[in-house]
Amino acid sequence: MNEWLDPLLLSRWQFGLTTVYHFLFVPLTIGLSLTVAIFQSAWVRTDKAKYLQLTHFFGKIFLINFAMGVVTGIVQEFQFGMNWSTYSRFVGDVFGAPLAFEGIVAFFLEATFIGLWIFGWDKLPRGLHLATIWLTTVGSIASAYFILAANAFMQNPIAFRINEARGRAELTDIGELLTNPIALASFPHTIFACFMVSSGLIISVAAWHLYRKQHADTMRPALKFGMWMMVISGALTTFFGDSLSLAMTAAQPMKMAAAEAMYQTATGAHASFSLFTLGTPDGVSELFSVRIPYLLSFLSTHTLDGTVEGINNLQSQYVQLYGPGDYTPTIWITYWAFRWMIGLGIAHILVAVVGLWLTRGGRTPAAAWVWKVAIWSFPFSLASMSVGWIFTEMGRQPWLVFGLLKTESGVSPNVSGLEILISLVAFTLIYGVLAVVEFRLILRAVRQGPEDAPVPDSLTGEAPQRVTVY
Amino acid sequence: MELNILWFWIIAAMFIGYFVLDGFDFGVGMSLPFLGRDDTDRRVLINTIGPVWDLNETWVIVAGASLFAAFPEWYATMFSGFYLALLLILLALIVRGVSFEYRHQRPESEWKKWFDAMIVVGSAVPALLWGVAFANVVQGVPLDAGHNFSGSFFDLLNPYALLGGLTTLLLFFTHGIVFVSLKTEGDIRERARKLAVQSGFVTILVAASFLLWTVLAFGSLFTAVFAALAAVALIGSFLFNLRGSEGWAFTLMAATIGLAVLTLFSSLFPDVMPASNDAANSLTIANASSTPYTLQVMSWTALIAAPVIFLYQGWTYWVLRKRVSRSTIEAAAH
Ligand code: HDD
Ligand code: HEM
Ligand code: HEM
Repeated sequence: MNEWLDPLLLSRWQFGLTTVYHFLFVPLTIGLSLTVAIFQSAWVRTDKAKYLQLTHFFGKIFLINFAMGVVTGIVQEFQFGMNWSTYSRFVGDVFGAPLAFEGIVAFFLEATFIGLWIFGWDKLPRGLHLATIWLTTVGSIASAYFILAANAFMQNPIAFRINEARGRAELTDIGELLTNPIALASFPHTIFACFMVSSGLIISVAAWHLYRKQHADTMRPALKFGMWMMVISGALTTFFGDSLSLAMTAAQPMKMAAAEAMYQTATGAHASFSLFTLGTPDGVSELFSVRIPYLLSFLSTHTLDGTVEGINNLQSQYVQLYGPGDYTPTIWITYWAFRWMIGLGIAHILVAVVGLWLTRGGRTPAAAWVWKVAIWSFPFSLASMSVGWIFTEMGRQPWLVFGLLKTESGVSPNVSGLEILISLVAFTLIYGVLAVVEFRLILRAVRQGPEDAPVPDSLTGEAPQRVTVY
Repeated sequence: MELNILWFWIIAAMFIGYFVLDGFDFGVGMSLPFLGRDDTDRRVLINTIGPVWDLNETWVIVAGASLFAAFPEWYATMFSGFYLALLLILLALIVRGVSFEYRHQRPESEWKKWFDAMIVVGSAVPALLWGVAFANVVQGVPLDAGHNFSGSFFDLLNPYALLGGLTTLLLFFTHGIVFVSLKTEGDIRERARKLAVQSGFVTILVAASFLLWTVLAFGSLFTAVFAALAAVALIGSFLFNLRGSEGWAFTLMAATIGLAVLTLFSSLFPDVMPASNDAANSLTIANASSTPYTLQVMSWTALIAAPVIFLYQGWTYWVLRKRVSRSTIEAAAH
């Protein structure tokens, strides 16, 4: 058969593309709903118009983005059965439960209260209306937890037994499944990374207006808020990234070795973290590299004299354990994805740190390039997020469920390459068009800037009520 | 009763929730060319469902995920077997969802025209294809020994399934129109009521023949009872609509959809996906379900969550109970 019509290859491309795409919107949804909730709370407490303006302004961007997260999310839910039916049969008993919880507990909450938030300005008392945005936030964060718990099972399968007769994994302990060490570490790591993405957006948007010397009354506090949120969530992302490294090395030593393109087992100072490497793409021969001694040992074991296993060693161990085969992920992807995740994220945190310094005590930097850096830094965290996921998922290869089911065995046997090609092309086209539409709408909303503060009625002294209609 | 039998009915209940709720969203979406004479009219229509379409759509996400958790084999067979049909549904739901949210973002009429068209198509396609899909499940499809669907996309387009699709299309259309008459004020409410009478008449003819076919070809005693009740509810809804009692017409329309789903599920029982080629390959409640432990976990979750969900979703509809009118739209424009 034509190799372009290989269902496995096409399914992998489709899942990878649609998931990465979905996850461009989700971090903004999670981060901005919290931001909007904070601004609205500030308004309810202080009654200051600028907080209401900020609520509406970022609320509008939040809603444009939210729609995309929702419609791309349904695709994710259906794809397991459509493209990975053998996988679904194999893990459904275990993996289905967290997915169902996500819907029952999180999505319902989120989808209901966001509707009330949008349309409820004139229908609910202030405090109750504020509660609706907080419940939306809770829903979106809870949904992240359940989906990450499901994903953690694929990285580090626990709380199951294999039923040979039925040929499937069966759940033995739901509590254990939901407290998978990988989930416990990847949840805070991902959530704080989401806050980095949304604070990155706030920084860029606020800097854009301030650079043009407009809306300083709202955009200056927004800039400060964004930078503080970036620094705090950045520190926490890094902290939990370290916990995640530890958990990951325990569950999937091959992934850490692949992250470092480290072929030979190394101990202590030799377990160095390579910052940068020039060499053949497979890492077999190294021409030039910059390395930090001990760091890898520390990341993987939290000790300076730890041993980090190399790829060659693990590969032969796995052959003994699982039979002949290639158990090494694509090294150049894991190596560079890991570096770009950390590098871009730290670069974004530095932007915020420097920005806080330059704007301390009411100062305003004059140099144009400072503002341009702030404006153009927006994609850093978002890209960091995407490559982080590419690292996680590609580093798990060739496994779909680590040690239990290979990716090649999970694909639907009865869906033809042509059908998947059709869906892949259809998703790519429609996602491409929507990306342009959404990007333009967000730019337009950003350019328009915050609305003027509402003028109180001259007779009653009350601000007019906001009425939303579509 | 065994837990997997309970979950068979819970899945049915979730699809009832989905079809009753998102069903009227589909109907309102399809009604734009019939009831929306100008932009303000169309905005009135869209605003009847603006706050709730996402919440209603979430029912299918929950139903799908619960199907995955409770009947992994059923989920795997149905979703991979109906690959292209589900792709079309997904694409439709994508364009429908963004259209609701993006239509009002720009004032140009050219912009709105595009999104209006996508709302109509994005509502009609799932309304039709969900019926086709479920009718195929009831009728049975060719399955191999590994429970994989072994037919082709075109096998799914058989007369019984197409009649099923036409039935859901018309049911949702009428359901949506009745919803419009319940949720709007003024001229559009009157026009909706009249249109609902016309479409209700056609719906009765089509739905009755589909229900009859289902009972005769695949039915049990229970199927016959549910189908008869569905027909009575549908005719009742039509009569209340003639008298202008929108509330009752809508309630009975919802009952019709619920009873129609029960008709299909009861004719499936105790299979979940009968094999048309060899009964030995059929997926049944027993061989498609998860372990008792997983079902127990799911049952506790559902038991605790359901009352809370009903409470806050019901409250949401109550908060949004006010009818939408042209003046609502015009007032907000100032
Ligand atoms: C703004 C985004 C961002 C930033 C700055 C970082 N990460 Fe990260 N990282 C992610 C965003 C991310 C993510 C959200 O994309 C991932 C994918 C899977 C996950 O749980 O989070 C991830 C995964 C991920 C994994 C793989 C987990 C697995 O496969 O099981 C490790 C080991 C780390 N990270 C470690 C770090 C360290 C040590 C960092 C800093 C020094 C770091 N990350 C910064
Ligand atoms: C939102 C963040 C995520 C991103 C960006 C992401 C990214 C990817 C990528 C790039 C692939 C393709 C790898 C390949 O070519 O094989 C992939 C595969 C896959 N991922 Fe994820 N993933 C994410 C989260 C998840 C979660 C939460 C789950 C499970 C609940 C999951 C399940 C899968 C499955 C089933 C595959 C297909 C098999 C495979 O090709 O490996 N992913 N994902
Ligand atoms: C491959 C795995 C994934 C699946 C199956 C999936 C499924 C879904 C679905 C069905 C929706 C639509 C919900 C609605 O209608 O309100 C959605 C949206 C969402 N997803 Fe995903 N998702 C995946 C990856 C992720 C990950 C990894 C996260 C979080 C870390 C996440 C977080 C969210 C959030 C917060 C929303 C709602 C907000 C929004 O729509 O932007 N998803 N997802």
